[in-house]
Amino acid sequence: MYKILKKEVLANNIYLMDIEAKRVAKSCFPGQFIIVKIDEKGERIPLTICDYDREAGSVTIVFQAVGASTQRMAEYEVGDTFRDFVGPLGCKSELVDEPDEELKKKKILFVAGGVGTAPVYPQVKWMKEHGVDVDCIIGARNKELIILEEEMKKVAKNCYVATDDGSYGFKGNVNDKIKDLIHNEGKSYDLVIAIGPIIMMKFVSLLTKELGIKTIVSMNPIMVDGTGMCGACRLTVGDEVKFACVDGPEFDGHLVNFDESMKRQVMYRTEEGRAVLKLKEGDTHKNGGCGCGGDK
Amino acid sequence: MDVLKKVPVREQDPKVRATNFEEVCLGYNKDEAMEEATRCIKCKNPKCVTGCPVSIDIPGFIKEVEEGNIEEASKVIAKYSALPAVCGRVCPQESQCEERCIRGIKGEPVSIGKLERFVADWSREHNIKPQPPETLNGKKVAVIGSGPAGLTCAGDLAKLGYDVTIFEALHEAGGVLVYGIPEFRLPKETVVKTEIDNVRELGVKIETNVVIGKSTTIDELLTEEGFDAVFVGSGAGLPKFMGIPGENANGVFSANEFLTRNNLMKAFDESYDSPIVSGKKVAVVGGGNVAMDAARTALRLGAEVHIVYRRSEAELPARVEEVHHAKEEGIIFNLLTNPEEILVDENGRVKGMVCVEMELGEPDASGRRRPVVKADSEFTLDVDTVIMSLGTSPNPLISSTTEGLEVNKWKCIVADEVNGKTTKEGVYAGGDAVTGAATVILAMGAGKAAAKGIDEYLSTK
Ligand SMILES: Cc1cc2nc3c(=O)[nH]c(=O)nc-3n(C[C@H](O)[C@H](O)[C@H](O)COP(=O)(O)OP(=O)(O)OC[C@H]3O[C@@H](n4cnc5c(N)ncnc54)[C@H](O)[C@@H]3O)c2cc1C
Ligand SMILES: Cc1cc2nc3c(=O)[nH]c(=O)nc-3n(C[C@H](O)[C@H](O)[C@H](O)COP(=O)(O)OP(=O)(O)OC[C@H]3O[C@@H](n4cnc5c(N)ncnc54)[C@H](O)[C@@H]3O)c2cc1C
Ligand code: SF4
Ligand code: SF4
Ligand code: FES
Repeated sequence: MYKILKKEVLANNIYLMDIEAKRVAKSCFPGQFIIVKIDEKGERIPLTICDYDREAGSVTIVFQAVGASTQRMAEYEVGDTFRDFVGPLGCKSELVDEPDEELKKKKILFVAGGVGTAPVYPQVKWMKEHGVDVDCIIGARNKELIILEEEMKKVAKNCYVATDDGSYGFKGNVNDKIKDLIHNEGKSYDLVIAIGPIIMMKFVSLLTKELGIKTIVSMNPIMVDGTGMCGACRLTVGDEVKFACVDGPEFDGHLVNFDESMKRQVMYRTEEGRAVLKLKEGDTHKNGGCGCGGDK
Repeated sequence: MDVLKKVPVREQDPKVRATNFEEVCLGYNKDEAMEEATRCIKCKNPKCVTGCPVSIDIPGFIKEVEEGNIEEASKVIAKYSALPAVCGRVCPQESQCEERCIRGIKGEPVSIGKLERFVADWSREHNIKPQPPETLNGKKVAVIGSGPAGLTCAGDLAKLGYDVTIFEALHEAGGVLVYGIPEFRLPKETVVKTEIDNVRELGVKIETNVVIGKSTTIDELLTEEGFDAVFVGSGAGLPKFMGIPGENANGVFSANEFLTRNNLMKAFDESYDSPIVSGKKVAVVGGGNVAMDAARTALRLGAEVHIVYRRSEAELPARVEEVHHAKEEGIIFNLLTNPEEILVDENGRVKGMVCVEMELGEPDASGRRRPVVKADSEFTLDVDTVIMSLGTSPNPLISSTTEGLEVNKWKCIVADEVNGKTTKEGVYAGGDAVTGAATVILAMGAGKAAAKGIDEYLSTK
């Protein structure tokens, strides 16, 4: 059993939890994920590791309550336990293995969309701890959906916020902001790391391809075991089929077949389920709810 | 009774069972078992035993059954096997113990598997538990994977007084026994759970949710966590796909995914959260046991099911009993047929599968006649779901994170058949991780051999 040590509501429907999981906390790195199973009858839910405390033996997760399982998870409180919590799974972020000297030479931009801000955070924090200055854009549909801004500001050299409706920060989607930084603020980058809804990662990758900037994305396909056994998480990268849980979840954004992944991700989405979501939250689920506007 | 024939075993009617997940074979009752036991002539030099990978004293336990001493019979079996209720159900007996039975020369062999199953089921119903050893020897062994290889190795070592911990990546112990083989062949709650609990009774600890190579490594187990030896029984690995167009469409699954959703995640049961998309018309590509299991599962979820296999019936690698059951239940066999492309609609869903007919040509390296494409034989099979059951390739998770652990050219862990020794000191391996996908009883045999190897190593260390 894995105990919930802390719970916070970061935004409407977005929750942060610290979970006691000693083995995971001891061996995890930025870029990796865990799978949580609430109870006997629950699904196996993959979630990115958003932070960890090796001493306390705890791991932080941030999740959006989008469907039956994540909504059920959101009802759990501090002191409650989850039945299963396994990890770390997947490969650590490539950057973690690069020598600090190499990293310092690079101009890196992180692009976070919606809940994607959570998995971006530990990577930016790692950079800070290794003395590497990086920029970060947090994008969301409106002000209410921006999460972890304060935390991010502490670790990123420059942290920009962009909202579609202009209710906070820059008015426009993340792509508009990338162009703004490059064209109007004289910035240049060698590497972009984009994490958010697939549609956002797709459009960021299209833009950076045009701009000739190498781009890493973190894919989140439907998974079952998370150890390479089932093949549910397969996706096409270049002309190869990869399993996100063992080969990823991070891949070269210029090679990923995003359209195929988007179709695979809605495999279990029922018309009925969508209706429930629409009823509860308005029309937020068409593009994964980040509001990055990448689909415009 | 006709001594040349097995006492028939009761089964669920094919029409009824095609709509439920209850066990197909109902097994013997005590009278039937005692009657079948009289058919065994208790050979002095029993050939049957040489066919059993764990060398169960078959005439020994059958003699006890004949006399009605079922508890004694279970003690005889327990000396050799930790999972008799499982093996009695899923062992390919017809090509092992029963194939060599003297009775089989003229007539049918003794129904060894069904007798073994009866003894194990009877012990469970009468709550017979194995006895843990009285003293521990103070040495710690880690076992990776809780499939038949790991459970057997752990059980044997525990009986010898070792302090054994099994590390399992999934949330439930049992390996393929829980996530692969379906409920209707191997009931999980009653049969598999009880046999795993019996291994726990011997003092074995099972830690689930630990992925060796990720959560921790073999080297850390040996150095930081104080284990004196490690056994790797991590199973067959990653599912293979064909590499044909359309294979990533929605509605194409590996047999592993399809079976795991249904068995481990219990998607067939509404009260569990995991979904399963079970189509109306399903093609299962492949002809092994796994393909039969996937096909019969899809059938029970309400689909019309086709087995698509590129060779002929004689080459089907599945057990004869499974093919027979599948046919009885109404699975359609498209033999000498090979898929070329999966057709996909605009939403990314499967809408058909283009196949070609095959004919058998010259024998290939495996001695089987090689299937070749018949000219102009292309046709489209009308299906909305495709399940790929083409075998597996080894998972590199453990080999790539363990210094000095050698793999062969197929990426299987290299281990000595006699004692399970790998190229790394203190590390032993066995089961599908070493041989590639094989059988439950071979995995158990390998677990047993490794337990002996580990005991020899640690007693002299
Ligand atoms: C490696 C990885 C890391 C992830 N990290 C995070 C994270 O840090 N925070 C977070 O909130 N979510 C994350 N996800 C997504 C999260 O796992 C899903 O949102 C969750 O499984 C949905 O479960 P549900 O039962 O609540 O929703 P369901 O009822 O299963 O689905 C609700 C909606 O979500 C969609 N959906 C289902 N599975 C996924 C998925 N894997 N990814 C995206 N959409 C999905 C469905 O199509 C449907 O529209 C990650 C996924 C992966 C594979
Ligand atoms: C659908 C299906 C039907 C079958 N039917 C039959 C049958 O009728 N008769 C028969 O004899 N055989 C059958 N088999 C084959 C048989 O089940 C296997 O040969 C046998 O289970 C192999 O045992 P094992 O212990 O080597 O591995 P497995 O049973 O595969 O167990 C390996 C375990 O190790 C765990 N693991 C893997 N990697 C790690 C890691 N890094 N860290 C921690 N844990 C890990 C896995 O999660 C798994 O639980 C069937 C197989 C399948 C898939
Ligand atoms: S374990 Fe398998 S091979 Fe051995 S006696 Fe039992 S059924 Fe036969
Ligand atoms: S070979 Fe057949 S008859 Fe002889 S001991 Fe074995 S089961 Fe009995
Ligand atoms: S989730 Fe099963 S192989 Fe990746």
